[in-house]
Amino acid sequence: MNQITEDFEPQIVAFCCRYCAYAAADLAGSSRIQYPPNVKIVLLPCSGKVDELYLLKAFEAEADGVYVAGCLEGTCHFLTGNLRAKKRVQYVKSLLDEVGIGGERLEMYNLSSAEGQRFAEIAREMTERIRALGPSPLNQRKSKEGAIK
Amino acid sequence: MIIADRKPFEEIKELTSKAKNILIAGCDSCVAVCLASGEKEVAVLASELRMQRKMDGLEGEIEEIVNVRQCENEYVDAMRDKVEKADLILSMACGVGVQTLAERFPDKLAYPALNTKFMGRPVEPGVWKENCEGCGHCILHLTGGICPVARCSKSMLNGPCGGSQGGKCEVDPEIDCGWQLIYDRLSRLGQLDALVEIMLSKDWSTSWSGGPRRVIKESAGV
Repeated sequence: MNQITEDFEPQIVAFCCRYCAYAAADLAGSSRIQYPPNVKIVLLPCSGKVDELYLLKAFEAEADGVYVAGCLEGTCHFLTGNLRAKKRVQYVKSLLDEVGIGGERLEMYNLSSAEGQRFAEIAREMTERIRALGPSPLNQRKSKEGAIK
Repeated sequence: MIIADRKPFEEIKELTSKAKNILIAGCDSCVAVCLASGEKEVAVLASELRMQRKMDGLEGEIEEIVNVRQCENEYVDAMRDKVEKADLILSMACGVGVQTLAERFPDKLAYPALNTKFMGRPVEPGVWKENCEGCGHCILHLTGGICPVARCSKSMLNGPCGGSQGGKCEVDPEIDCGWQLIYDRLSRLGQLDALVEIMLSKDWSTSWSGGPRRVIKESAGV
């Protein structure tokens, strides 16, 4: 069972397309819109660049949650990159379920570069979701052993 | 090519539960083309196993290796250094590859991570279909290049049977009737008269019923 502790701050990795989510994060910043510092952004040239292994490695590297943010469907700069990303996220969700980490720790979002507010909302939504789920089962074991706080 | 599919993770987890150091050995030939093996598939399984084993508190290392063909001694022997450090080789090759590992490394456990399915080809992205059963005596020249042994569910030599409906097989409506395909093809080629000939019983002694088969090519040693 996941153990929810009051001082648990989830580590979240966001793979962001430079044409939408990354620009939206930039806009959120220049608009002084606050979003949780739990989210660490990885810039991608397109959400279609995301690979199953990037997502798995993020979890292996002790991320509690991961999301991919790409352009709105139908507006991908490379036409179908975001649709490919969606399929890969779906596939990795099934892998995380079979391993026992849980597919709900991974999500795909779509937004435009003009949506700084939406970027912050997504960051809050994902942070709250993972906070409710508790630390990744990989990190829980370590916590019990006292290797990390 | 040989078509295979990865075993369910639960089964792989069970197979590997007693091993400490595991070498996942992929093959970059047939099973990589059907996306069951290859560098990425090996890396994905390794990542899954590393996470699962960490959660279950199991110790040990997961190593990865992929070679061109796991069914040839030369390639397999080149793996020796990594094999020596492993308690278990988890093969992501077809059954031939697993057996090659077992033979070349007699003191090591070699377990399959794939289920080897059949000889076939891709028909659309992500879909592979069976084309050949390796019966040992090819008759494709008589049947318009469509094999009745592999493509007819009943391997009939004089078809179709009464279960062919609208070009589909009674065994499964997803399966095309092999004999309908043969008829259509011969019709297109203007060779329907070939079907007037009744095909006599096939010599199945060349097939699997005679036990494990072998091919000897004298000139290969020259």
